Amino acid sequence: MSSPPGRRARLSSPGTGRSSSETREELRRRLLGLIEGNRVMIFSKSYCPHSTRVKELFSSLGVECHILELDQVDDGASVQEVLSEITNQRTVPNIFVNKVHMGGCEQTFQAHQSGVLEKLLQGDSAYDYDLIVIGGGSGGLACAQEAAVLGKKVMVLDFVLPSPQGTSWGLGGTCVNVGCIPKKLMHQAALLGQALIDSRKFGWEYNQQVKHNWETMTEAIQNHIGSLNWGYRLSLREKAVAYVNSYGEFVEHHKIKATNRKGQETCYTAAKFVIATGERPRYLGIQGDKEYCITSDDLFSLPYCPGKTLVVGASYVALECAGFLAGLGLDVTVMVRSILLRGFDQEMAEKVGSYMEQHGVKFLRKFVPVMIQQLEKGSPGKLRVVAESTEGPGAVEGVYNTVLLAIGRDSCTRKIGLEKIGVKINEKSGKIPVNDVEQTNVPYVYAIGDILEGKLELTPVAIQAGKLLARRLFGGRLEKCDYINVPTTVFTPLEYGCCGLSEEKAIEVHKKENLEVYHTLFWPLEWTVAGRDNNTCYAKIICNKFDNERVVGFHILGPNAGEVTQGFAAAMKCGLTKQLLDDTIGIHPTCGEVFTTLEITKASGLDITQKGC
Amino acid sequence: MAAALRAPGVRFQWRIRAAAGGARGAAGRQGYDLLVIGGGSGGLACAKEAAQLGKKVAVVDYVEPSPRGTRWGLGGTCVNVGCIPKKLMHQAALLGGMIRDAPHYGWEVPPLVPHDWRKMAEAVQNHVKSLNWGHRVQLQDRKVKYFNIKASFVNEHMVCGVTKDGKETLLSAEHIVIATGGRPRYPTHIEGALEYGITSDDIFWLKESPGKTLVVGASYVALECAGFLTGLGLDATVMVRSIPLRGFDQQMSSLVTEYMASHGTRFLRGCTPSRVGRLPDGQLQVTWEDLASGKKDVGTFDTVLWAIGRVPETRSLHLENAGVNTHPNSQKILVDAGEATSVPHIYAIGDVAEGRPELTPPAVMAGKLLARRLCGQSSDLMDYDNVPTTVFTPLEYGCVGLSEEEAVARHGEEHVEVYHAYYKPLEFTVAERDASQCYIKMVCLREPPQLVLGLHFLGPNAGEVTQGFALGIKCGASYAQVMRTLGIHPTCAEEVAKLRITKRSGLDPTVTGC
Repeated sequence: MSSPPGRRARLSSPGTGRSSSETREELRRRLLGLIEGNRVMIFSKSYCPHSTRVKELFSSLGVECHILELDQVDDGASVQEVLSEITNQRTVPNIFVNKVHMGGCEQTFQAHQSGVLEKLLQGDSAYDYDLIVIGGGSGGLACAQEAAVLGKKVMVLDFVLPSPQGTSWGLGGTCVNVGCIPKKLMHQAALLGQALIDSRKFGWEYNQQVKHNWETMTEAIQNHIGSLNWGYRLSLREKAVAYVNSYGEFVEHHKIKATNRKGQETCYTAAKFVIATGERPRYLGIQGDKEYCITSDDLFSLPYCPGKTLVVGASYVALECAGFLAGLGLDVTVMVRSILLRGFDQEMAEKVGSYMEQHGVKFLRKFVPVMIQQLEKGSPGKLRVVAESTEGPGAVEGVYNTVLLAIGRDSCTRKIGLEKIGVKINEKSGKIPVNDVEQTNVPYVYAIGDILEGKLELTPVAIQAGKLLARRLFGGRLEKCDYINVPTTVFTPLEYGCCGLSEEKAIEVHKKENLEVYHTLFWPLEWTVAGRDNNTCYAKIICNKFDNERVVGFHILGPNAGEVTQGFAAAMKCGLTKQLLDDTIGIHPTCGEVFTTLEITKASGLDITQKGC
Repeated sequence: MAAALRAPGVRFQWRIRAAAGGARGAAGRQGYDLLVIGGGSGGLACAKEAAQLGKKVAVVDYVEPSPRGTRWGLGGTCVNVGCIPKKLMHQAALLGGMIRDAPHYGWEVPPLVPHDWRKMAEAVQNHVKSLNWGHRVQLQDRKVKYFNIKASFVNEHMVCGVTKDGKETLLSAEHIVIATGGRPRYPTHIEGALEYGITSDDIFWLKESPGKTLVVGASYVALECAGFLTGLGLDATVMVRSIPLRGFDQQMSSLVTEYMASHGTRFLRGCTPSRVGRLPDGQLQVTWEDLASGKKDVGTFDTVLWAIGRVPETRSLHLENAGVNTHPNSQKILVDAGEATSVPHIYAIGDVAEGRPELTPPAVMAGKLLARRLCGQSSDLMDYDNVPTTVFTPLEYGCVGLSEEEAVARHGEEHVEVYHAYYKPLEFTVAERDASQCYIKMVCLREPPQLVLGLHFLGPNAGEVTQGFALGIKCGASYAQVMRTLGIHPTCAEEVAKLRITKRSGLDPTVTGC
């Protein structure tokens, strides 16, 4: 056998006795140094046939490689461990080309066949940009800005395809334009409606019925969104990120075609790409849906009051929209195919639904629409909806001014040329599978946000993932996005905040007999004088009996659930246990304090209703 | 020394057990395992817990009418003249703010909505009365004997109670817990203070609106009262002698008062009243002195509210008969870590105990833990560190742990890192509210992993926001751990998990965009 090409590197290990994290950190730095400092870096074992094939490949390409034979250094095993932390790959050969992790032998040969390897070998300087981010939503913008702060040349491509109803919007993505921000503001409008009712009980005096003006609210909200769009533009400019309002589509490796509103095409190249295109609402695929129905893409900027509304779906989007529309005084019906808030704790979900039902939202369960027909044009017009039972024969029909579809969202991954460069998507869901460093199967292409398979569709998650990705790619940092115990809140009329596992999931993971569930109903002080429902707000924690009663699930249904949940989520990061909850002193009088005095277990079956006070 | 103190107690215990058994029981004299003096949050919690654990328990409670004649039922300060009514009146004021927000959100509300004090007060008072009733029922359910009598010590195991009509009852017990709390202080050298002034004991029970009000003092009680009075549309002035919210973080407290001032509360700083008199038309004329210039000034008000501090309710207890020691200055009862007084079987919890936070939840927890120790159920002592609290001023202020001043004093400026941010609550944007004082500050040790020493949050729902983080601090959270927590979007609390700017850096801490 001829000796493999390239120089041999050896990592001598001073003081093998040191196994502290400090030593490990030092090793990590050395490895990153090797990866950063060499055009091609191969971690190999001298006897491994796959390693030999790779070495021969680079040799045949006339490329000099830096090789570390793990079996020939003292700390080879540690190197392999740290490498597996960095790359999520334990096997050798483990190959880096121009700092991009290629993978093993097979991936390298694939990359060679597809031309990726040659592109990568050309190095960064051959490209227009260090990084192009496709999609200017929360995650994409966070990633782009962080990369720019780290001194990289960055471009963001963002283009909003108008909805079937013709709605489009500015920079910032779903959260800012058609998600969190407008929905929380409309939720706030609905809460203020409740506050107006409460206020009379607290001595504020006015006689006439207070009406709500949809146009005033929408205009105010849209103005705020406009200012946010502008803020994002400004912030990109300040950080010298190139922003192009064009539709991005891969045409070949490292090359993307950007098409603007006028149809003009420009191509850009980059060393690395981040896909952050997010999702758009799904349509039913029945007669009349795209012509006559609206979605959450349209609702928040609807120029007229939607009137009597049918909300189709039971996702959090569906329930939040139905909730605030009812709170603004509209006649609202929710059509549910199966269960409410799939993926959330079902006891909580049912309580969310029953509160809405008690407050005027109608629910049509086990029905799906089969036809939408326009009876009258107008703003709003009149639509006839025919729906069929999911449980057998039987159909209902109804007339509504507006039909809002909220049956789910589809990833924007099928029309961006991913097939041209071989990025794999889940054919069924359209989502992109990535490893734990948000890398797709094509090594220089990464993905973050709602389009990730098996990850959470939440703004703060996307922002965190984007920032950390940029720091790993360009800042020499290692910290990965932690998708565990992410808190969230559903802004239904009675807000639902949670962190950790649902009761169902906890039982699946830990087995019922290992869990203790503590719960209670509670009556917020502000609700007493207002004469609002007693025994409606609910708090629940799920503890692992055999891990010191560690809290694995936190759930609260009540006012300001988001504000309450946030701090507890931080406590869960620190390993919250039931004992610590008991030892913590409450803040009186708040809703949050209820968690410091939980006594009744679900298993005991004891009454949790609050009698008087 | 400790052993010497304990020995006679043990002897005495035995004798009183015999008395409780009836051997020496005189008429109108009853023996208990535990006697709790004071039916407030701490006392009731202690009594109920002990009863649940099988002890024979009695609670004596008596509300001495305020100088203005205000009195109330069972439950103590928190329920009757503290947390509960003040948070409800604060809520009434917040609702006023929401009524002004509502038009921005499309609600067609008339431009000027008047407030009816009477209606609010009645609703609040009815709720408080329902709580009084609830406490009575709870005691009965747990077989705790309740006496509406004013208690004083006869000796170290016996208490004499006097009813409203002067009837006397003698009660003896193995253990006695003093939980009599405190009452507002009146100034002693100001003419007319007692005749014409009211306190927080009265404000929540006023049938009629207090009208134009002068609040004297800058305690949290003073600021909370002035805050909700302003919020209800009344003309309210706060007269501050030195600094507002003594003991709290001073940067935060100046933001609290800045917000109040920008929302209509008047502040007279560095002033102290010298005289209150009644004018022929019934209004009160207050004379005060500017401490810096020595200049005198005069103003007229409908109500003068003293909120200059509280005095412990120890004077009528005849503690000397039992040998219970008090602090020479504060008059509060001296206690050890187990809440025991100088007499080992007599304990003190809550506001009446020296050095304890004057807050309901610690009193409740201390009471419960004490009962468990007395019943041999546990040996856990109350941990008074990192007690979270919230001041319900118009812009709420929640905090837990150390103030910046205290952190610097303990660890030195070079070892303290302060992360801070000015943020804008999403709801403020559309409502066009000014968020200049919405501010968060996290005080950490500077050395990694940067242990969190204190958290300070100024903004809406501060209590709700602070509670969970208090737990994190209890768990020994580090700055890094808090930063690893993902936010809940869009909330105010998420800003805590996004604190990036240090004070030391001098960078602009204003949060922009998402």
